[in-house]
Amino acid sequence: MNTRTMLLASATILAVAMPALAETSDKTIALSNNYAGNSWRQAMLTSWETITGPAVADGTVAGADAFTTAENQATEQAAQIQNMILQGYNAIVLNAASPTALNGAVKEACDAGITVVSFDGIVTEPCAWRIAVNFKEMGRSQVEYLAGVLPEGGNLLEIRGLAGVFVDDEISAGIAEGVAQFPQFKIVGSVHGDWAQDVAQKAVAGILPSLPEIAGVVTQGGDGYGAAQAIAATDRPMPVIVMGNREDELKWWKEQKDANGYATMSVSIAPGVSTLAFWVAQQILDGNEVPKDLTVPFLRIDQDTLEDNLANTQAGGVANVEYSQADAIAVIDAAK
Amino acid sequence: MRISTDMLRIAVPVASLLLLLAGVFYLQPRAMSYNGLNLLFNLAVPIALATIAQMLIMAVNDLDLSMGTFVSFVACVAATYLHDTPILGVLVLLGAIATYAALGVIIYLRDLPSIVVTLGMSFVWGGLAVLILPAPGGTAPEWARAVMISKPPLVPMAIIASVLLAVFAHLLIMRSSLGVLIRGVGGNQRSVQRAGWSVIAARASAYALAACFAVAAGICLVGLTTSADANIALRYTLLSIAGVILGGGEFTGGRISPVGAVIGALTLTLAGSFLSFLRISPDWQIGAQGGILIIVLAVRLLLNRLESKGGAR
Repeated sequence: MNTRTMLLASATILAVAMPALAETSDKTIALSNNYAGNSWRQAMLTSWETITGPAVADGTVAGADAFTTAENQATEQAAQIQNMILQGYNAIVLNAASPTALNGAVKEACDAGITVVSFDGIVTEPCAWRIAVNFKEMGRSQVEYLAGVLPEGGNLLEIRGLAGVFVDDEISAGIAEGVAQFPQFKIVGSVHGDWAQDVAQKAVAGILPSLPEIAGVVTQGGDGYGAAQAIAATDRPMPVIVMGNREDELKWWKEQKDANGYATMSVSIAPGVSTLAFWVAQQILDGNEVPKDLTVPFLRIDQDTLEDNLANTQAGGVANVEYSQADAIAVIDAAK
Repeated sequence: MRISTDMLRIAVPVASLLLLLAGVFYLQPRAMSYNGLNLLFNLAVPIALATIAQMLIMAVNDLDLSMGTFVSFVACVAATYLHDTPILGVLVLLGAIATYAALGVIIYLRDLPSIVVTLGMSFVWGGLAVLILPAPGGTAPEWARAVMISKPPLVPMAIIASVLLAVFAHLLIMRSSLGVLIRGVGGNQRSVQRAGWSVIAARASAYALAACFAVAAGICLVGLTTSADANIALRYTLLSIAGVILGGGEFTGGRISPVGAVIGALTLTLAGSFLSFLRISPDWQIGAQGGILIIVLAVRLLLNRLESKGGAR
């Protein structure tokens, strides 16, 4: 009797589990990528390989091929997507060259019954899913962190990204929002660091002499190390500089932490977000209800997780994390 | 029977197109359908239009390095003014065509190198496009969208559009007196002048006609993509030049072939798909695309040489 119950239970579990596995085992997913020329994109492609390899091997999906256009152009990528339609993929995971210029090709894909999931570089076509980055929140959370470690507040220096780019406007708006929320802070200066350490260093060195004492530096990623170098060259006390997960930033932070207990945090988007998009596409193919708009979780590094993250980050690279199927389901549930 | 030079000129592009098409069909049999052909070729329609535009400029021995940014500019105008306030949109586009005509005149009168002038203009067009559409967006005019996604019976839209374009451009440039004049300016400007024709008028009309085709390219592109982006067509500058050369045209002497240019544009598009179906790594794709171009040009050179040998005998 006992054995029979156990057998019955196993059979039930199998019956429940098997179709879930079989549902997407004959499906193919393609990655359409428009650019591979920086460390973030390289890490993104490597993460895709790392996660989809086993997923194909164990039969979760039948195929997961990555394609990168030869040139970073919307028209090239539109042609690439149309080729994928012809190749008969069931889903296309897309990091788009343009939020709008691919809409025609994306619509063609949707009309052919293909699931399109865009991430990072998202598309506005309503039939596609979007895994977007909440850049505003990324900016706001920096001020929130500073409010925690500097309760008395103080002056802030803001390092912005590349002028005229959507991401720069969003993060900066988020920082402004944070300052409004925590009025003990005041932005006393703002420079454009173009997300590059050398540009940030020059810009910060140029503005420093005109600034009063600063308590914190809010950044956009890729500029924290340059800011630190510029400030270290003066006799000012080192403010709390929020980092952006780059290897040189984390390394500098680690050195300071070991030398004098320097504390800060680091926040950015992990290139492994491509694997999140992969699992979301797999979930949609599996027949699960998935909201059209999802948000990428940030990869935040704090004082106690610094060593682990630094150890896992390649020289010259970006801290990364790869997502699992369970992570994707959690993101989907959070959006419902 | 002797094969005429024109026949030979067109034979190489046709053969390379058919060869690539056979390769694509072999690799991806799904492409051998109504929808498949449409997907393969619909993005080639704006490229073919831009190629014809470039060909007109090349017919008068000039080169247009602003083609890509100009098509992007038109795309931005089409997705904004032409959609929201059609009359204003048409006026802007007419203004752009007039600017092109004026460029043709200035280049001739001041004896300026066209490469420098058009390179300069590419920044003007690019800047205007960003001003009109600072962030990607806009909406394609309904009629442009309707034409580009139309599904005519039996033959896909992309094929019909390409054939119509080839026939129209052939009649306009190879058969009309204006076309002869334009090619004459490219062939021997001085003799055209001595014969009493106005070179200024011929150059202005060549540039204006080119702008008309480029405008059509921009509108078609927006019809396909549904909305625009200030950088949407930057690649068209080089693609259009390559298309003209691939189709049997030459940089000098007014030697051009409209039908060849359309076929050249289709071949270039198809080459991209072919390499993608072959799963060639993106690092090698540009090189492979260049390789295809070099092979086609080498074959043409070889045939030209054989022909001239045959003629001398």
